[in-house]
Amino acid sequence: MINKAIYVDNNATTPIAPEVYQEMIPYLTQYYGNPSSIHTFGGQLASKIDEARQRVANLLGALATEIVFTSCGTESDNAAILGILSSNPSKKHIITTKVEHPAILNLCQHLEKNGYDVTYLSVDRSGALNLDELQKSMRPDTAIVSVMYANNETGVIFPIEQIGRIVKSRGSMFHVDAVQAVGKIPIDLSKSSIDLLSLSGHKLHAPKGVGVLYIRRGTMIRPFIIGGHQERGRRAGTENIASICALGKAAELAHKNIADENNIVRKMRDRLEKGLLESIPYTFVNGDTVNRLPNTTNISFEYIEGESILLLLDQHGICASSGSACTSGSLQPSHVLRSMGVPFTAAHGSVRFSLSRYNDDSEIDKILEVMPAIISKLRAISPYTPKTK
Amino acid sequence: MWNYTDKVLDHFHNPRNYGEIENADAVGEVGSMACGDALRLTLKIDKNTQTILDAKFQTFGCGSAIASSSAMTEMIKGMNLDEANKITNAEISKFLGGLPPEKMHCSVMGKEALEAAIANYRGITIEKDEEEGRLVCRCFGVTEDKIQKLALENNLHNVEDITNYTKAGGGCGACLQDIQDILDAVWHNKKEKAPAAEAPKPEAAKKLTMVQKVKLIEETLEKVIRPSLNQDGGDIELIDIDKNKIYVKLLGMCSHCPSSSFTIKSFVETKLKEFVSPDIEVLEEQAND
Repeated sequence: MINKAIYVDNNATTPIAPEVYQEMIPYLTQYYGNPSSIHTFGGQLASKIDEARQRVANLLGALATEIVFTSCGTESDNAAILGILSSNPSKKHIITTKVEHPAILNLCQHLEKNGYDVTYLSVDRSGALNLDELQKSMRPDTAIVSVMYANNETGVIFPIEQIGRIVKSRGSMFHVDAVQAVGKIPIDLSKSSIDLLSLSGHKLHAPKGVGVLYIRRGTMIRPFIIGGHQERGRRAGTENIASICALGKAAELAHKNIADENNIVRKMRDRLEKGLLESIPYTFVNGDTVNRLPNTTNISFEYIEGESILLLLDQHGICASSGSACTSGSLQPSHVLRSMGVPFTAAHGSVRFSLSRYNDDSEIDKILEVMPAIISKLRAISPYTPKTK
Repeated sequence: MWNYTDKVLDHFHNPRNYGEIENADAVGEVGSMACGDALRLTLKIDKNTQTILDAKFQTFGCGSAIASSSAMTEMIKGMNLDEANKITNAEISKFLGGLPPEKMHCSVMGKEALEAAIANYRGITIEKDEEEGRLVCRCFGVTEDKIQKLALENNLHNVEDITNYTKAGGGCGACLQDIQDILDAVWHNKKEKAPAAEAPKPEAAKKLTMVQKVKLIEETLEKVIRPSLNQDGGDIELIDIDKNKIYVKLLGMCSHCPSSSFTIKSFVETKLKEFVSPDIEVLEEQAND
């Protein structure tokens, strides 16, 4: 097993913060009780869950009662959409975008086979939505509009509040998949039109296997997992206490560190991006570079293919990802880049670097040092590389 | 994360024979940037002995595409053209200690570039894909001929295998049923050509008594249908027969297969129509318990 890496794949998953790990340990060792028990040994844990719930609420500007713990971002997305649909049985229309995560896209495609109508909003070359298209797509029977806060591949941020105003003025429910945004950019749900919001623990330095669905007070939603009374009957199943407390701690840390994400991490990202564009020809950034997460850059290296780039980076212990077909296990390049109209050639050669506050300048130096040689090596093999050099 | 063999990684990290032979005697080009991989092969050939003196490749593609290209050039150097033309994609894959199933199309690309280069040397114009038979997969430009050829060469029976070897069906997916039909035809014809199979073909009779019909249905289920379902971990149970309506229940893996209704209609019913009577209708018995 490799344990030393230059990890710049934080949109895939993040390292667990040391403070978060410490927070978990007691619940994996001595405090194994069930928070639903009458005895003090188990029952005392309920207050720990309440504390974690309050910490997540603080990060989002929400009320503690609006926070429901789930097992992951995908569960939160499924619970939001299926829960709203089943409490609005007469409404058969859903609006989402072409660049959503598979947790939303594949769910919507599944719903289409079961009698629902889905509108997939398109994006332009910079990855931005056309709000007129949203206006025109709204229907009296639109049950829910689900739009991601920020894109996992490009980091492009959607104008959530503008979208929310349109959705709420037409009487539909508004769900936001904020898995990539939470902890990276400030979110204040007390001043928002968002009805439901999904987040995932492992994207903000908590472990895998825990997520949250924020449900605005007063929202009519049917439970998705049915069983006991946990999470006020909205999500049954004995609580994953260690992970819930971990997520609470991670939320508290994110709240404290959000300025660093936007200063220190952003500076490293910008230096990496600028350095790569300057030192390597036939290279460009995918997506809007202004409305973008501070940690993400998606760069296309023309004439070569992404998996080969990743394999060569891997030799240096550098972990990144690509929108190329070969890395996805499918045969087509990233649906996000294709929806943006990025040429296939450039989509195959795209690499995403996503940073976190656990990266440092020496790591950026290392990437900048090895990348030009990696790209030249592959371009020397490629039949498409221009011969002018 | 792909499970590449050490040999694949070696040929990827240290590719042999990359580049371009100037004034090459033969050039073979396959793939395209849009498809995600492409290979340009140039050869130097001894005109008298028809021997490949040198081979160089240029490849746009993933690790296994580059490794397959490198391996192929190593294999063919020193061979004469007839020998080289006989190399199969399976041999390229074997040379590398195997490729992940999803990456078999990389070895196919190596084989095709070699074929194209040899054809180019022999002055055979390489026909456009569209002309080599009906176009099946529009996303990756794969023809019926190519699917048939690879299915027979590599003993491929599933649509998924065809996708792994040719990419066909890996894009929009609109041609998946078409590929299944092609495979059915390939293997059905193959069976008919082969000497009488061990399972005697039950004779379809026009007028059967009820008892004869029941016997024939049971025989068809036993000898034709059940063996095929068993391969996928499934089974079938005959529940009732009401004139030409046959009620069955799928068991095992088949019972919760999302394509169970497809199995009933397109496989079970087709076979019973063929062997028992064209008037037969097969219905799935819903579990009551």
